Amino acid sequence: MAELASCTLEREAFDSLFEALERRGYGVIGPRVRDGAIVYDRIAASSDLPVGLTDEQDGGHYRLVPREDAALFGYNVGPHSWKRFQLPAQRTLWRGKLDEDGNLSDIVEGPAEPERLAFLGARSCELHAMGILDRVLLGGSHPDPAERAAREGVFIVAVQCSQAGGTCFCASMGTGPTAQSGFDIALTEVIEDGRHYFVTAPGSDAGRELLAELPTSAAGAAEEGAASAAHARAAAQMGRELDITDIRELLYRNYDHPRWNEVAERCLTCGNCTMVCPTCFCTSVEDVTDLERTSVERVQRWDSCFTIDYSHIHGGAVRQSAHSRYRQWMTHKLATWIDQFGSSGCVGCGRCITWCPVGIDITEEARAIRASEEAVHAGAR
Amino acid sequence: MASLKSPPERERHDEPGPMVPEPFVVRSKRQDTSDTWTLELTSVADDAGLHFAPGQFTMIEAGGSGEVPISISGDPGEPDVLVHTVRSVGLATQAICKAQPGQVLGVRGPFGNSWPVELLEGRDVVVAAGGIGLAPLRPAILAMIANRERYGRLVLLYGARTASQMLYVDELERWREEGFEVHATVDSAGPEWLGHVGVVTRLIGRARLTASFAGLTCGPEIMMRLTALALADFGIDGEQLYVSTERNMQCGIGHCGHCQLGPWLLCRDGPVFDWQTLAHWLQLRDV
Repeated sequence: MAELASCTLEREAFDSLFEALERRGYGVIGPRVRDGAIVYDRIAASSDLPVGLTDEQDGGHYRLVPREDAALFGYNVGPHSWKRFQLPAQRTLWRGKLDEDGNLSDIVEGPAEPERLAFLGARSCELHAMGILDRVLLGGSHPDPAERAAREGVFIVAVQCSQAGGTCFCASMGTGPTAQSGFDIALTEVIEDGRHYFVTAPGSDAGRELLAELPTSAAGAAEEGAASAAHARAAAQMGRELDITDIRELLYRNYDHPRWNEVAERCLTCGNCTMVCPTCFCTSVEDVTDLERTSVERVQRWDSCFTIDYSHIHGGAVRQSAHSRYRQWMTHKLATWIDQFGSSGCVGCGRCITWCPVGIDITEEARAIRASEEAVHAGAR
Repeated sequence: MASLKSPPERERHDEPGPMVPEPFVVRSKRQDTSDTWTLELTSVADDAGLHFAPGQFTMIEAGGSGEVPISISGDPGEPDVLVHTVRSVGLATQAICKAQPGQVLGVRGPFGNSWPVELLEGRDVVVAAGGIGLAPLRPAILAMIANRERYGRLVLLYGARTASQMLYVDELERWREEGFEVHATVDSAGPEWLGHVGVVTRLIGRARLTASFAGLTCGPEIMMRLTALALADFGIDGEQLYVSTERNMQCGIGHCGHCQLGPWLLCRDGPVFDWQTLAHWLQLRDV
């Protein structure tokens, strides 16, 4: 478990982690500030991290604000998730040639991402999201070899949340805040009494080997206690909660609930929630040809169930109304996903709440449907 | 740093991914109706068709015009050639229907589940098809004819808009000779049509069906719904009726999300379902 064999790594020595990853040939992806938000992109040193910043999050609200300390990971999740590396927002599936008779030839697969990546700063909810996406993309009878290759080589440095954001509800979903598995190394950041350090724990043999190269010391009871206190603090701070008791049955019973009409009046069907969601996996394909139609390239892009085209079949889209599209998204996330892939599609990261331009809150929508049923039952008694 | 363990060797993926089409050449082409053609194709690599089960589909395309799911219409007993009957309704199907013999198309598959023809051995079976819906049922019809002695009564009810819109006209007579009771109807008839007029469900009363039957149906959603209602009157309930469904499909392998219907990904879990399973979800609006 994460608490076993823990060591401490001082802040001053933190960049030894980057060096060890680089020696192994990993390109390091982690949090950094861009355009007023914390995004996941290439980083080379701890100075690239959002040092001394935190994020203020609420429905339709996200702001970076300075912290009183110089924490490296003193924030929660931003608009990016690791999904963009498991399932790129756009990729070429294959290229081919066309002759004047329309013959398709020389079909070659799109280039596989040659680089091996390390994800630095993945949170517990995000590790769960990666597992959920793995089940969707790799768990069926037709796993994509390119996606599998991209996933298998990844080295994961998890960061344990020591605070929860305003839209976090991972505790409700059973996906956090403390990561128990699914990482090579887990770090808990502690700043107290003028000392800034990380309690480290290996989650794999590769993680143990890498940690052995870092200038760590064995963690004492006080340091392990400080890490545990940080984990407990995050669990106690959850900004939101979602009661998932029989959630699948609850939503299956309520396809005709008037609440779907209410939420549809606010929903702009912009699809932001699906873009920021770490598990939303829908894609569409498009053929790109040159002007002379001598070559063709099939491009796969993220798609969103909030577009009309998404459900298009000849004769028109199946889901014409905003009501039916919001219902599709939320019911998929919390209910039908369980039938399709054996688990919930929601990890409680709160991104869909934060990045909804009108602040629609999945926890509030689920609560409203549950409350109305309870009111009906109470009235019947 | 020779002592450093290098990262594990990444698995090579020389196998093309499931999203990469295989080239197939059009061997022959036949026009069935004003907007529908039947193509016979073989793989460029091995000059063969595809092994498939009745009801399965492929993702097929003429290069550069997009890919569409099309049911396989050929004889599952003769997988040396891949047969597709395609109606020209959009950009992708138009390009496929325009393909000439010798032209190379892209094919992925076969995907999806199949009509339960083996499960139904020993039973009476009614096949109800509307319009192009006969194309996905043809392999099931041929499979049952190939094992004719294993079934009781076999009945085909086929409805088309007009006589000129009927598929496989030459074959209907042959199927009759090979042991199918064939009833056909058209929505509107010209002077050349001497048979039944009316929707396909009107044929159900004429076919002397009993509760011993199981059914296979494919056609417009409304036609399948009415077929289910009409068959129920003869004691053939939803668990005994199998339908083939249609939604937007872009991958065929359960990855793109487009073909969801409630708890199912139709391309992965279907396209064939028993009516009992689907009826609840199809009656909900806009699911």
